[in-house]
Amino acid sequence: MHIVVCVKQVPDTKIIKINPKTNTLDRRSAPAILNPYDAHAVQEAVRIKNLTGGTVSVLSMGPPQAVAVIKKSIEIGADRGFLISDRAFAGADTLATSYALSKALEKISMDLEVDMVICGKHAIDGDTGQVGPGIARRLDIPPITNVIEVTRINLPEGNLIVKRKQISGYELIQSELPCLLTVEKDINDIEYAPMPNMIKAARYEPVVWSVSDLGEVDRKQLGLKGSPTIVGKMFTPPKLEGGKMIEGALEEQLNELMDILMERKDLFSFNNSK
Amino acid sequence: MPEKFDVIIVGAGPAGTSCAFVCAKNGLNVLLIERGEYPGSKNVMGGVLYRKQMEELIPEFWKEAPLERPVIEQRFWMMDKESVVQFGYKGLEWGQEPYNNFTVLRAQFDQWFAQKAVEAGALLVNETVVTECLVEDGKVVGVRTDRPDGDVFADVVVLADGVNSLLGKQLGFHKEFRPDEVALTVMEVINLSKDKINERFNLSENQGCTIEIFGDSTKGNLGTAFLYTNKDSLNIGVGTTLSSMIKAKLKPYELLDYLKTHPMVKPFLEGGESAEYLAHLIPEGGYRSVPKVAGNGVVVVGDAAQLVNAIHREGSNMAMASGKMAAETIILAKHEGDFSESSLNRYREELYGSFIMKDLEKYKDATHVFEKYPQYLRDYVPMVNRAASKFFTVDGTPKKDKQKEIMRSVTGEKGTIRVLKDIYRAWKAVK
Repeated sequence: MHIVVCVKQVPDTKIIKINPKTNTLDRRSAPAILNPYDAHAVQEAVRIKNLTGGTVSVLSMGPPQAVAVIKKSIEIGADRGFLISDRAFAGADTLATSYALSKALEKISMDLEVDMVICGKHAIDGDTGQVGPGIARRLDIPPITNVIEVTRINLPEGNLIVKRKQISGYELIQSELPCLLTVEKDINDIEYAPMPNMIKAARYEPVVWSVSDLGEVDRKQLGLKGSPTIVGKMFTPPKLEGGKMIEGALEEQLNELMDILMERKDLFSFNNSK
Repeated sequence: MPEKFDVIIVGAGPAGTSCAFVCAKNGLNVLLIERGEYPGSKNVMGGVLYRKQMEELIPEFWKEAPLERPVIEQRFWMMDKESVVQFGYKGLEWGQEPYNNFTVLRAQFDQWFAQKAVEAGALLVNETVVTECLVEDGKVVGVRTDRPDGDVFADVVVLADGVNSLLGKQLGFHKEFRPDEVALTVMEVINLSKDKINERFNLSENQGCTIEIFGDSTKGNLGTAFLYTNKDSLNIGVGTTLSSMIKAKLKPYELLDYLKTHPMVKPFLEGGESAEYLAHLIPEGGYRSVPKVAGNGVVVVGDAAQLVNAIHREGSNMAMASGKMAAETIILAKHEGDFSESSLNRYREELYGSFIMKDLEKYKDATHVFEKYPQYLRDYVPMVNRAASKFFTVDGTPKKDKQKEIMRSVTGEKGTIRVLKDIYRAWKAVK
């Protein structure tokens, strides 16, 4: 089983500052980390590999520093990593990113056929969740988003069953392999990496490809040129105002809360009865 | 089969990284283990990096290292409640190559320095805690980390695990600290615009200033405070020995708040925004507190070996020099295939023959004297302030009479003999 995990280096948005004048992220203010959802994606690939055997490759697109997230993935237990890095990729939106990554996946597949692609649900700097499904569409494999459990893998029959999180519940899906999963954080806990992995990662030098290494590529679909997305405006959501702090003993708090809720006529249907 | 390295270095601070850098440059197989998220993430220092020892490792490092400002002015303050007597030196020659020292932010500098060791061939593993040294037949043969399959082996283990060296304690090299052997320093990084810093400290572009503050900065207790200029932030901090803190029932953060609101200090900070708050122990026991630094298959460097000169605020430079000396000994030991204590004791000899131990020896009584006789900071600093105030106040008294009056007030308060004794004792401690 060959699983490829797509990972992205992102600024740690837990601590990033937003420039109040331009409303853009001040990327210098936060360290670059492996996108947290992608860490869970790598962990899941490693977990599956430990059950079925095979290889876990990670793939990333970014500047040369993005090697760090591939090393991080090796720590978690990935076997090898590929970075596509080229000025031609710069300024890519989700459309151009999914195109470049799908080209790299095709190349990886030529060497060792890919049975499954796993991505994080979304990157915490853009929050779009479009790149995963975009790759699936381009590779013409089924995308399954918001996966919280890989329930069963049936290699001889070439299919798997996964559990998806829906707004109103869960969904069990059976899909052919190869397919592409995007995973939620609930799918697993990141394990504390064993020491040999740490040493391997410290030593590891990923394969770095430029555009010309990817074979036949339509350069018009890469980077800024291949990106129709225009950012109209960025803004920090206004702070919610008002509100009321309820204090006192638990019983008092509950009583007060109930009083407030009961006064809100629109809240309960029995108050709305005509 | 767990891996075996030539050298495992525990701790990627200045001492460990220097040692890793020199070993790796000489072709040794080096594993550098850091417990923090990245080198520098857990390290704290007031912020002055000396040029000399760093330059011996990486010539002209100032051209690429992330430095804040070259220090062109050093001020020393004897501070009382509402006054300060100051002296200092400002020289433009310090603003040119090869410079004298720099202010740095450790989180950035240590990362850069560790990267240099990695480029030289050392393997760096972060976020990993070494829990103990592995000992076989009285010889250290490796380390145990807190990770699964966590044992790693090496010919030599270098303990660069900092002031509270748990590994040194495990091996019996260290005893638990006495409260007078260690200082607790708290500091804050305060963001302030470059223009405001230049204006308030009277600096031009790429010029830095350091102020060491004695006296009321520690409410008269044994210790010092500092105020250093970074590019667009200030480092302000204060530390006293744990024993003084206990005796005076001081809380470190209260002391820092007191300093920040002191009328002599506050105007420098006004409008600044607190960016980081840090605290750390500093080994200040000096010469007598230096533990055993070499054993079978193990050496101790930097803060772990208590190599800090509290009087001259030197520490990171001693850490670097000791790391380099340890590396040179290890390279020789590797060459001879002998990692016994007697072979590694060459490092001890190097250390004791160098400026590090000579300086520590020179001041071996200093902190102890100042600890035992608290009058220096508690009484004499205010006394000097009163004398200066009297001398510089123009009130029609002839200067000669003023001098007499000042002398009388100094000896009058304590008695001539006691003052002379105090002067002699202080002189003896630092001579």
